[in-house]
Amino acid sequence: MDLHGTVGEALKQQGISRRAFLKFCTALASMMALPPQAAAAMAQALAKARRPSVIWLPFQECTGCTESLTRSNSPTVENMIFNMISLDYHETLFAAAGDAAEAAREKAMKDNFGKYLLLVDGSVATGLDGAYSCIGGVSNVQMLEEAAKGAAAIVAIGTCAAFGGLPKASPNPTGAAPVAALVRDKPVINVSGCPPIPVVITGVLVHYLTFGSLPELDELGRPKAFYGETIHDRCYRRPFYDQGKFAKTFDDHGARNGWCLYELGCKGPVTYNACATLKWNGGTSFPIESGHGCLGCSEPDFWDKGGFYKALPTGNWGGGKTLAAAAAAGVAIGAAAAALARKRQADIAKEK
Amino acid sequence: MDLLSFARGPALQYALIVFVFGVLWRLIGVFLLATKPDYSEPRNRASWKGLRLIALRFWPRREFAARNAATHALGYVFHVGFFVVLLFYLPHLLFLEDLFKPLFGGNLVQLTGMSWPYVSGGVIMMTGAVTVAALVALLVHRIASPVKRLISNFDDYFSWLVTTAPLVTGMLAFAHLGAPYQTLLSVHILSVELLLVWFPFGKLMHSFTIFVVRGVTGMSFERKGAAL
Repeated sequence: MDLHGTVGEALKQQGISRRAFLKFCTALASMMALPPQAAAAMAQALAKARRPSVIWLPFQECTGCTESLTRSNSPTVENMIFNMISLDYHETLFAAAGDAAEAAREKAMKDNFGKYLLLVDGSVATGLDGAYSCIGGVSNVQMLEEAAKGAAAIVAIGTCAAFGGLPKASPNPTGAAPVAALVRDKPVINVSGCPPIPVVITGVLVHYLTFGSLPELDELGRPKAFYGETIHDRCYRRPFYDQGKFAKTFDDHGARNGWCLYELGCKGPVTYNACATLKWNGGTSFPIESGHGCLGCSEPDFWDKGGFYKALPTGNWGGGKTLAAAAAAGVAIGAAAAALARKRQADIAKEK
Repeated sequence: MDLLSFARGPALQYALIVFVFGVLWRLIGVFLLATKPDYSEPRNRASWKGLRLIALRFWPRREFAARNAATHALGYVFHVGFFVVLLFYLPHLLFLEDLFKPLFGGNLVQLTGMSWPYVSGGVIMMTGAVTVAALVALLVHRIASPVKRLISNFDDYFSWLVTTAPLVTGMLAFAHLGAPYQTLLSVHILSVELLLVWFPFGKLMHSFTIFVVRGVTGMSFERKGAAL
C-alpha cells in the first residue's frame, strides 16, 4: 500500500465499499452536527485527500487512550480512520523499537515538515528539566518542542495531554503540564477524557482532512460538536433528577430502578462530553448506564475536585478546625467589646 | 483553579470564617452588655409572661393590620419561600449536611436514621419565582413610599440585594440560562458567600436576634404594665 496515497485509494485497497464509506461520512457529519450536505462533501474531499502523516507521541500516560481507540469494536469508524492517515510513529502500535523507531519519527518529521499532524497523549513532565520522563534519552519537553515545530496542528489526546490529568494531580511531583501550556505558536485541539471516546478522535481528524481546518472549539480548546453539552443534559436518568428521585446508595431501591446518581457524587452536571449520546463499546452503554456516577474525567483537574463520591453541591472548605478557631476569635472579640462598653458605661455613671 | 473550585473551596472557607466570626462577635458583644438598672416599682412581678410577645408579634396589631396587610403578606411570602428553597431542595440539603458533619461528628442522617424531606426541582423553581417576585414588590414599595424611602439606608438595599441574588442565580443555574452550568453554579455559590460575609454586619443579623429582642421587650413591657 502506498503510504502517502489518497484516502480513496487506501480504502479501495482495504476492500471498503463506497456504501460503507458514505455511511461512515454520514455518521460523522451527523455526530459533529454538520448540515446533511456535509456528508457528501466530506466523502468527496476525503476520497481525494492525501493521507497525512501522523506522529503520535506518548508522554506521561497509561496507554488507556490508545487502548480506547484500538479496542473499540471492529469494524468501526476508528479502524477506518487508520486507513485515512499514515501513522508514522506510535510506540505502542509500532513493530519497530529503540533506535529504529526513533529514526522513523525523525524521518517522518523531516519528510513532512509543516504538514504532519501531531497527536500527543499523556502530560509533559517539566520538573527537573524534564528528567522525570524521557524516551531514548530525550525528555518529553524537548521531544514536544522539536515535533511541534513542523506540525500543521496538534491534537492533545486524553485529559493528561489536554489538561495535565492524573500526573498533574496534587502535589504534581513531576511538574506535569498539558500540551497547550508548552506549545503556544501552533493550534492545539484538546480531545479530553480518561480515555476520550474513540469516535471523537476520529471526528477531529476527519474534520481536519475534509475542511483543512480545526473544528469549532470551546473555551478549553475542545471541539464543541462533542463537548458542547453536559453529560447531565443528555443523561437518560435526567427525568429522575427533575422529579427529585435519587439513589442513596449503590444498591438501594433507587439504584436498582435507575434513579439519578447525583447524591452519590455524579459529576454529570459540570462535565462536558458526549458519553451520554455516543456511549462506549460500540454504543453499548456509558458509566452512568452501568450504575456509577460520572467522574468528570473530561474536565481539568478532575482528580482534585473533592472526591468522586462527594455530592456536587458539597463544599471543599477545609473542615471544622478553621471554623472552630474563627468561633473562638469571634467570642473573644465579642467579650472584649462588651467589656469595653461596660467600662465606658461605668465611667459615665461615675461622672454623673 | 477554575471558578467553581474557587467558589466551593477557598471562597467558601473564607466566607464561613467571616460569618462565624462576625455572628459570634456581634451576638456575644450584645448579650454581654450591661442592662440599665430599673429603679421603678414593677407593675407586674411575673415579667416572664412577657415572653408571649415572641408569638404575638407574628401578627400585626389590629390597628395596623388592614393598612399594612400587603407588606406583611409579602414579607411572609418571601421569608417562607426563602426557607422552603433553602431547606427543601436536595442540593442545598447535601451542602448543609456536609457543612454540619464536623459539628455532629458524622452524617446526621446516617447517625440518627432520620431523613429530611425534599421536593422536586420544579416546585423549588416555582417557589423561588414567587419569592423573588415578593422581594421585588417589596423593593418597589420601599422606593415608592416616601416614608420608607426616607428611613431606608445602604444596609436595607444591600441586604435586599444579597438576599435576592442567591435566589436569582440559583434559578438561572437550575434552568441553565445565560451561561454554562458550572459558571452559573459558581456565581450562585459566590452570591451565597456574599450573603454570608455581609450577614453579621448588616440588618440580616435580625435572624439571630429577633426572638431574643421580642422576649426582652415583652418582659420589659410586662414589668411596666404595658399592653403587649
